[in-house]
Amino acid sequence: MLSSQLFALSEFDSLRTRLEKRSQLLQTVRAFFYARNLCEVDTPLLSKAATPDVHLHSLHTQVQVPGFKDPQTFYLHTSPEYPMKRLLCHGSGDIFFLGKVFRDGDLSPRHQVEFTMLEWYRLNFSMFDLIAEVAGLLKSILGDLSVEQLSYQQAFKIYAGIEDIFSASAAECQACLSRFKVPEIVGVDNDDKPLWEQLVLTEVIEAQLGRTVNGGHRITVLYHFPARDAALAQISAENPQVAERFEVFINGMELANGYQELSDAEIYRQRFNESLALREQYNLPTVPLDENLLQTLQNKSLPDCSGVALGVDRMFLLQQGFSDIEQGIGFGLLAQ
Amino acid sequence: MATYSTTEFKGGLKFLMDGQPCSIVENTQVSPGKGQAFNRVKYRNLITGKLVEKTFKSGEKVDAADVVDTDLQYLYNDGQFWHFMDATSFEQFQAEEAAVADVQKWLVEQSMCTVTLFNGQPISVTPPKQITLEITDTDPGLKGDSQGTGGKPATLSTGAVVQVPLFVQIGESIIVNTEKGEYVSRAK
Repeated sequence: MLSSQLFALSEFDSLRTRLEKRSQLLQTVRAFFYARNLCEVDTPLLSKAATPDVHLHSLHTQVQVPGFKDPQTFYLHTSPEYPMKRLLCHGSGDIFFLGKVFRDGDLSPRHQVEFTMLEWYRLNFSMFDLIAEVAGLLKSILGDLSVEQLSYQQAFKIYAGIEDIFSASAAECQACLSRFKVPEIVGVDNDDKPLWEQLVLTEVIEAQLGRTVNGGHRITVLYHFPARDAALAQISAENPQVAERFEVFINGMELANGYQELSDAEIYRQRFNESLALREQYNLPTVPLDENLLQTLQNKSLPDCSGVALGVDRMFLLQQGFSDIEQGIGFGLLAQ
Repeated sequence: MATYSTTEFKGGLKFLMDGQPCSIVENTQVSPGKGQAFNRVKYRNLITGKLVEKTFKSGEKVDAADVVDTDLQYLYNDGQFWHFMDATSFEQFQAEEAAVADVQKWLVEQSMCTVTLFNGQPISVTPPKQITLEITDTDPGLKGDSQGTGGKPATLSTGAVVQVPLFVQIGESIIVNTEKGEYVSRAK
């Protein structure tokens, strides 16, 4: 069902047909979760706090709050993660969010500043339990694709020929990039191993993920990312080098990113503060931390759970054979 | 010198790379979400015409190139330089052979060309899409085919050689498409 024939068809879709296809997709997603007893939550888009993550840029706006002389700064969420985790702490049980999120500066065939995200949390699910559920959802929408599961380390071995990425040097990563004839990279320090490693992943490996040998689509899951990329995932109990974090790829495109969730309030604060320090180092604007989340994690504690965020516009692109997620939206940022 | 950051990159942006003017053909942002963002850039070196690919770490800066496209009238070739003039300011520009190498056979005196200037110096010239030229030489013996199915080579006043229909003769003027180097029709 992912044939080029579908693409040709969708080129000639009437507006109504395309709207119905998107509507049908949202309906299928909701039905999948209702059938599994997850509760849909529509958490606030505006927040006094923002993610400190250095790679995410929050939009902000001014809100006139009664009682204040000047308008107050509020941030548009980059994902519903923080309020959803507060709900989990308060005993919400399994929940999902399906709605718009905002990331400043991201615009490409795979990005829109405003896009539709699906995020869900499952109590007592391990990372691998959740990976299985993500694969199940994708199959219900994209057809019966095969699933390939690889550790981050295995992916570097299989797709980049780097035996052990954790002990490899920056020079080995650079040699790999030239072996795969990746165009010259400008602006990266010679000894910045983590960044050269990232480039091997994005410029060499990712394009090969989610594809079968004969060019068809499949679901490839990478798990156990390096601990430095843990974000808010747990560090693996067996191997402190890796985090219980996974990403899902189809046809060379990242679709989803999930964690076995960190629960220790102190580590949350510690990782947030590390991000704030990096922001200062990179001359990025500082942001207020979500003290409500940190307080709640401290007082109520997050139940054992795993959570994942999935790009719905990318899933629609794959289902319909679009070349740009904007084709499935109709009114992209610059097409309004 | 003015600079551009990667956030300003877009198709058509002119910048300097190793001192040579370049123009961005395609710019794709790579934002992995968990990592550093990059820009995958395809650009053309405006001197050599070569298409180059490079990936820039987001936040990197390049120097702006003083490159403008301007409509100038072609005047004459003095054997060393090709001379052009701005028809309103009467300012004159001289282009070296490298700048006109691909198009000199389509340069007709008095015609308006698009000239790309780098720091005020012509680096490339685009002649009008269609020009009228006289045939100076072609085989007169081939006649009788008025359907235009066959063809013969004809030398034009600028030295260019194009395929023309058999019925076209020496001394006639024809319209030529300079992009494709093809005969279009007889000139009226």
